[in-house]
Amino acid sequence: MNENSLAIRKFSALANPTRFLALADRVLPWLTVLTVVCFAIGLWLSFTTEGDYQQGETVRIMYVHVPSAWLSMMCYTVMAISALGTLVWRHPLADVSAKAAAPIGACFTFLALVTGSLWGKPMWGTWWVWDARLTSVFVLFLMYLGVIALNRAMEDPGRSARVSAVLVLVGFVNIPVIKFSVDWWNTLHQPASVFRLDGPTIDPEFLWPLISMAVAFTLLFFSLHIAAMRNEIWRRRVDSLRRQAARNAGRETLAP
Amino acid sequence: MMSHAAYVLASYAVAVATVTGLVLWVVGDGRSRQRELKALEAAGVRRRSAEAPGGESK
Repeated sequence: MNENSLAIRKFSALANPTRFLALADRVLPWLTVLTVVCFAIGLWLSFTTEGDYQQGETVRIMYVHVPSAWLSMMCYTVMAISALGTLVWRHPLADVSAKAAAPIGACFTFLALVTGSLWGKPMWGTWWVWDARLTSVFVLFLMYLGVIALNRAMEDPGRSARVSAVLVLVGFVNIPVIKFSVDWWNTLHQPASVFRLDGPTIDPEFLWPLISMAVAFTLLFFSLHIAAMRNEIWRRRVDSLRRQAARNAGRETLAP
Repeated sequence: MMSHAAYVLASYAVAVATVTGLVLWVVGDGRSRQRELKALEAAGVRRRSAEAPGGESK
């Protein structure tokens, strides 16, 4: 057996929901503990490091705002990859993954918008401006709500999976727009200062709390995503068992 | 006009509320689904793949 077919077999082994559930049961406790530890470190750094000479205390809002904004885009990317999984490879867990990720992504996008607004008021002097970055993130938030609504609008998970996969892929065009909006247009929002080709331009005093909070938020996302995928598999099992029970009951009453 | 500390506090309060809500929703959803699965199992409804060969249903 060559390496390629071994990789394919491993990938399809994960497609078995029962195997995924077993894996989730093993991984989740560790991931939860790791998330809590990272949040403890991140929050401690967020409040013990110094304030900025210009932003003062409000720099601490960045330790929540930047990781949420980063997750809002990463979550949508996870959904887009899952959508490809649904449409191209027909991986059975792909649409479970996309469906489970949408509410989580919506929450983080909401958090990015609200904390950004709470930082904007004292620093920019306004809660909101319709600049390219803020508007494109707001569109992302609406996309999440649209995907959630579409997932819930249809009874048949197979059909809603394909339709929402198309919506997710079309909406993915927004992700590079969000990322590069600060370079392409003249925005009130500042350009990237952490993920830059020439390295981060912010002081280590702010970089460390930011990185540790970003790691904590990312771990939180994956814990929640795996748990939500497990819930979705359970939900589908309950549905199919109920249908099966109804069929059996029908057969019993019909049989002489 | 709020002080800077108030904006920081408000941001963290919103973050804690959102994350707590999300975690409670995911955990609660999981618990209710497991309860439903257990109830179905107690009622004798099993997945076909989980049935022992020579089980009662054909």
